Amino acid sequence: MSKPAIEIERLAFAYPDGRQALFGVSFRIERGERVALLGPNGAGKTTLVLHLNGILGSVAGGAGTGRVRISGSDLHREHLAEVRRKVGLVFQDPDDQLFMPTVRDDVAFGPANLGLSGAELDERVHEALVAVGMQDHADIEPHHLSFGQRRRVAVATVLAMRPDVLVLDEPSSNLDPASRRELADILTGLDVTLLMITHDLPYALQLCERSLLMDGGRIVADGNTRDLLADADLMSAHRLELPYAFNPLSVPGPEHA
Amino acid sequence: MTGGAGDGLYVAVDSPVHRLPAQVKLVALVGFVICVVSTPAHAFWAFGVYAGIVVALVMTAKLPAATVLRRMTVETPFVVFALLLPFVAAGPQVDVLGVSLSESGVLGAWNVLVKGTLGVVAAIVLSASTSPRDLLTGLERLRLPRTLVAILSFMIRYVSVVSGDLQRMRVARESRGYDGGSLGHLRAVAAGAGALFVRSYERGERVHLAMLARGYTGMMPSMARRQATAAEWRRGAGLVVVALLVAVAARVVGG
Repeated sequence: MSKPAIEIERLAFAYPDGRQALFGVSFRIERGERVALLGPNGAGKTTLVLHLNGILGSVAGGAGTGRVRISGSDLHREHLAEVRRKVGLVFQDPDDQLFMPTVRDDVAFGPANLGLSGAELDERVHEALVAVGMQDHADIEPHHLSFGQRRRVAVATVLAMRPDVLVLDEPSSNLDPASRRELADILTGLDVTLLMITHDLPYALQLCERSLLMDGGRIVADGNTRDLLADADLMSAHRLELPYAFNPLSVPGPEHA
Repeated sequence: MTGGAGDGLYVAVDSPVHRLPAQVKLVALVGFVICVVSTPAHAFWAFGVYAGIVVALVMTAKLPAATVLRRMTVETPFVVFALLLPFVAAGPQVDVLGVSLSESGVLGAWNVLVKGTLGVVAAIVLSASTSPRDLLTGLERLRLPRTLVAILSFMIRYVSVVSGDLQRMRVARESRGYDGGSLGHLRAVAAGAGALFVRSYERGERVHLAMLARGYTGMMPSMARRQATAAEWRRGAGLVVVALLVAVAARVVGG
C-alpha cells in the first residue's frame, strides 16, 4: 500500500511576532491526487504550504507543534534536502522564483543543488523545459519573457527536481486568459500530486477534484470541489464568491476529462 | 517591461571576438590596459600602434562604429579635465594660435586623453562582445569568489525589476498630482526611496525562500560550462604580448 503524499496532523504555528497563523491543521493527500487549497486572504494558506518543505515550522527552528509527513517520512533537519526535492514549491511572483541570469541557469539551479552536473543536468533541464513548452527559450534572460512565460519557467524550475508533490501558490494570478488556459493544459498533463492555492474558483474546479477550504488558520471544509463551490452558505461564510453567472453544477470538471 | 535595463551592453553579432571565452577577454583587457598606461606619454608612435590594435579589435568584433562612438561619451568628464590642464598647469609656456599654454599641461592632457580613450574603447569591445552572463562565468573561471559572482549576478537580474518598481512608483506619484518641481516635494521622493528599499529588501527575503525551497545550501552552483582552450588563451595572450613589446620598445627607444 502506498503511503500518502502529504500527511499533516494537528499542525499549529505562530510567527515570531506572536501572531498565530495555524490552529491545528490536519489533512492527508494521497499520491496522484489534485487538491485545491481555497480560502480568503490571511487564512494561512501560504503559511501552511511553507511548512510542507520545512521552510517554516519547528524543523526550521521556529515555534510550532504538530506533524508533517511527506511520502511517509517525518520532516527532519537531516533530510531537509530530500524533502525539498520531493516537495516542489512554485511561488506566486515569478520574479522571486527566477533569480539566475538565464532561463537555463535557473532551471538548473535546483538539480545542481541536488548534485547533478554535466550531461545529466542538461538532460534534466531540457526535460523540464519541454514539459512547460519553453525549450526554445533556454538562453533568454528571464526579464525578456512575458509574465505567462515566466510563470511557466517557474514551474519548470521545480519540475527539474522531479518532485513527488507540486505545490503552486496562486498559479493563475495575473495571467491573461490564454496564458491561464495554457498553464492549465500543462498542469493537467503532469503526472504528480498537486496542491494548488488559488482564489480562482473555476480554475480549482477545472483542475482539482478535491478542495480544502481554509479560514482563520483552520481547515473548515474538505471535499469534492464541485460540492464545496455549490454550497452557497459555506462559501459566503468564508468570504468566497463565484464569478458572475458561474454555476459550478453546470460546467465540466476534471472527472469528465 | 522596462526595455533596455539589464540587457547589458551586449551587441549580438557573431565574431571571433564574441566567440572567445570571457575569462580570456578579461585577462587580455587588463593586460592591454596595463601596457598602455605604463607607456611614456611622449612615445607618440607607440600610441599609434595601440590605436591600430584597438581599431582592428573593433573591426574584428564587427561592432558598428556609431555604437562605439556613442558609448565613448562616458569618457566626457575626463576629456573636460584633460582640456583644462594646459591652462592651469605651471611650468614653461608655449604659444599656440596666440594662446599661452603650459608645455607640461599639453603633454599631460595628451597623456590623459590618449590612455583614457584607448582603455575605454578596449572596455567597450569587451562589454559589447560578452553577454553579462558570460562575463560572470568568466569571473567565476578566474577564481573570483562565488559569493561575489552571485552578488553581481543578482544585481544584473534584478536591476530591471527594481527599476520597474521605481518607474511604477513614479507614475503613481505623478498620477496624484506630483510635479517634481519644488523643493517641498523632496519629501515624497525620499519616502519613495525608503519604500523602494523596503520593497527590495522584502523581495530579497522572498528570493531567499525560493532558493531554500530548491535546495540552496549556501553555495551557488557553478554556472561555467566550458574551459578556455589553449588556442584561445594563446589568441588572448597574443594581444597582450604585442602591447607589451610596444610598451617595452617605447621605454627603451623613447619618443
